[in-house]
Amino acid sequence: MTRRPSDTPAAAGGVPDGTPAAGAGPTAAGGSLPPALGGLPPAVELRGITKRFPGTLANDSVDLTVRRGEIHALMGENGAGKSTLMSVLYGMERPDAGSIRIDGVEVSFGSPSAAMAAGLGMVHQSFKLFDSLTVAENVVYRAEPRRFGLVDRAAARRRVRELAAEHGLAVDPDARVGELPVGLRQRVEILKLLHRGARTLILDEPTAVLTPAEADALFVVLRSLTARGRTVILVTHKLREVLEGSDNVTVLRDGRVVARLRTADTSGAGIATAMTGRAVELDRVFPPGTPGDVVLDVEGLSTAGVHDVRLSVRAGEIVGIAGVAGNGQSELVETLAGLRPAAAGRVVLRGEDITNASATERRAKGLAYVPEDRHAVGTAPAASVADNLAMGHHRTTLSSRHGLLPPSAVRSHARDLVERFGIKASTPDVPASALSGGNLQKLLIGRELAHAAPLLLVEQPTRGVDIGAIQAIHDELIAYRDAGHAVLLVSAELSEIRGLADRVLVMYEGRVTATYDRSDASEATLGLAMAGGAERSADPAASVGAPARTTAAAPLDTPAPDGD
Amino acid sequence: MFFDSDLLMSALRALTPILLAALGGALCERAGVFNIGLEGMMLMGCFTAVATSWFTGSPWLGVLAAALAAAAYSLILAVGTVTLRGDAVVLGIAMNLLAVGLTSFLLRTIFGVQGTFDDPSLAGLPLVGGFSPLAYLAWAAVGVSALLLSRHVWGLRLRGVGEAPDAAATLGVSPARYKYAAVLLSGVLCGLAGAQLALGNVTLFSENMTAGRGWIAVVAVMLGRALPLGVLLAALLFGLAEAAGFRLQGLGMPQQATDAAPYVVTLVALFLSTAQRRRRNARTTGVAS
Repeated sequence: MTRRPSDTPAAAGGVPDGTPAAGAGPTAAGGSLPPALGGLPPAVELRGITKRFPGTLANDSVDLTVRRGEIHALMGENGAGKSTLMSVLYGMERPDAGSIRIDGVEVSFGSPSAAMAAGLGMVHQSFKLFDSLTVAENVVYRAEPRRFGLVDRAAARRRVRELAAEHGLAVDPDARVGELPVGLRQRVEILKLLHRGARTLILDEPTAVLTPAEADALFVVLRSLTARGRTVILVTHKLREVLEGSDNVTVLRDGRVVARLRTADTSGAGIATAMTGRAVELDRVFPPGTPGDVVLDVEGLSTAGVHDVRLSVRAGEIVGIAGVAGNGQSELVETLAGLRPAAAGRVVLRGEDITNASATERRAKGLAYVPEDRHAVGTAPAASVADNLAMGHHRTTLSSRHGLLPPSAVRSHARDLVERFGIKASTPDVPASALSGGNLQKLLIGRELAHAAPLLLVEQPTRGVDIGAIQAIHDELIAYRDAGHAVLLVSAELSEIRGLADRVLVMYEGRVTATYDRSDASEATLGLAMAGGAERSADPAASVGAPARTTAAAPLDTPAPDGD
Repeated sequence: MFFDSDLLMSALRALTPILLAALGGALCERAGVFNIGLEGMMLMGCFTAVATSWFTGSPWLGVLAAALAAAAYSLILAVGTVTLRGDAVVLGIAMNLLAVGLTSFLLRTIFGVQGTFDDPSLAGLPLVGGFSPLAYLAWAAVGVSALLLSRHVWGLRLRGVGEAPDAAATLGVSPARYKYAAVLLSGVLCGLAGAQLALGNVTLFSENMTAGRGWIAVVAVMLGRALPLGVLLAALLFGLAEAAGFRLQGLGMPQQATDAAPYVVTLVALFLSTAQRRRRNARTTGVAS
């Protein structure tokens, strides 16, 4: 009967009460500090942080000051050093030089637990949750309320409800985390940190997996946290949410701080220029294509996770499929690519029924495919760049008699594509795993475009890719379309869909619930449809996830968080 | 009558070693260590129990020594998988093979016999109310481990470690410590299982006397989904199969056929449970929630 978090209402004021936090807060340690009146020390102050990895200088004397009660965005492209900096702050990496102050007290963390004890908490991009445990168990893990050595489940539930009510993070304490939608899992992560008394929350790319409505809801929660004196560090590369949701922005490039901006005084273009080091045009919208004959015709296609999908793609057009991850897009594309059997329906490619054709037959009949998972499905990471570029082409242009691949042909093929698509690889002989994410994606897209197949299926072409690479990839896709090919594009990025697609379909719970011409596909319309808002057809099955959706969508009605 | 209280009693006696070993396996499973070395650990327990009982005259010291020896033997798995990040399947198989060879070798060098060591003055475990004291211990262990896993702080952390070691580590829980603890506990339980087999069910040691019971325990862990109560039910099934085998033998069926009963049940049970799980998976992916 030692610690019962529910017995400490002071927790509302941010007093740490979890096991690791007890007595370790800087307020307890820094007895010499004057009680701050007006001149509060910054919540987080990094000075001259330098971190070297073999071959790279990940952080080069980085300064970062985060005031208490603000939402501070840390921006930068992949490899700019954001993650390293946060790993240093969170005790996962030791800096080679520099100092860290939390609330004015110099600290040196040997582990994330030490950082947590000092009032920091991180929500990792890939959630660190226990899927088979309940929400309450996840929240109290390692800081459990106890009775007689057993976990006091009633107290744990109560604690979750209290924290949830206080911060508008409604979630059922008894639900299994593995069965929750992503938006709610994120809430569990935040609750976990709050239970441990975190005063500064670090969120790594928090909206990457959320619907626009869920993202809005998240920012309402973050605002309520900062209104209560907590501090939020937002690590992200999404400009829009930074502009709408943050107070200050620090931009990293090549391991150095290149800009410190007040959000209110800046624009998206300004930040993007700082991130990339050159002027960039954001969210480009390309002129529409000129559609020709139907290339792909899908009728009533169903498989596990996909219900009665009907769509067609014409030559010279890009059809975009929008939707939150996990609503059947992957299953649909895999079925079209021949990786999954269709349970019902018909797939016709250029007049030929390919419903039951193998992946090889489909490719032979004119289909190319850029899968979502470029590491596990799209490429063979241990094989060389040249071999990866040859894959698929080994049946066609590269094949010779006797089934042998002439090494010279493979090499020249690789050199061609490397040059044409601007793939940065020291030689075509390095393993594909040595490429950065953006370059690997260019390799994959280049390889598939090189087939010049009448139909291209492309999933999440720019996920986790730098602004520069995004632009190159978009230009390539548009050029491919303008050359008279049909493209079916699946993306979770609305700006990508809206910029590229001539028509937009929205998938929700395995069905195509809405179809828009590009001109009608506003961000708000698509966002609502992605959250199930287009499905007014009284589908009884849709009520299963209803509570979650209502809570996630509710903040749509509340005013957007103001930007100061 | 074929199914009567005698059959149940002999089933309960037969299940004790499997149950003890399977509970150990379940703990490992929950901690994220796939332990298929139960058979070897158990065999080490059998030999140590008999040897200690023989030289000290006390079956209780035999039980204690068996638990310690099997726990020490389980360190191979703990160090190999947790510290050295080796493959648990390879290690488990190696441990099982090594145990057969090692105990046969020790049987020859210490007792100077081959095959079976059997002596009227070898002290076995007494019966209390028709059962070995270890049988009661095994039943108690079901309750204790169920409570430990579902309600105790240690159990919660152990389950977390087994489910997502990274997540546990970020919260300051050392996955290695919990995995070591689970493997060592499984060693102790397998040692007790071995002692029960060699000093309870019979009073002798013979080469490879576990005869696949450790493997059946592995299957019991799978069938019981690593839940103590589930494991108990699975072990009961195998106990019944073994007892029914004896009964059939008494009815004139050839021993080779009746001895196979537990293994046939194992195969059937595995097949049915996999089929069921596949159906369920198909259903959930069909809903795509």
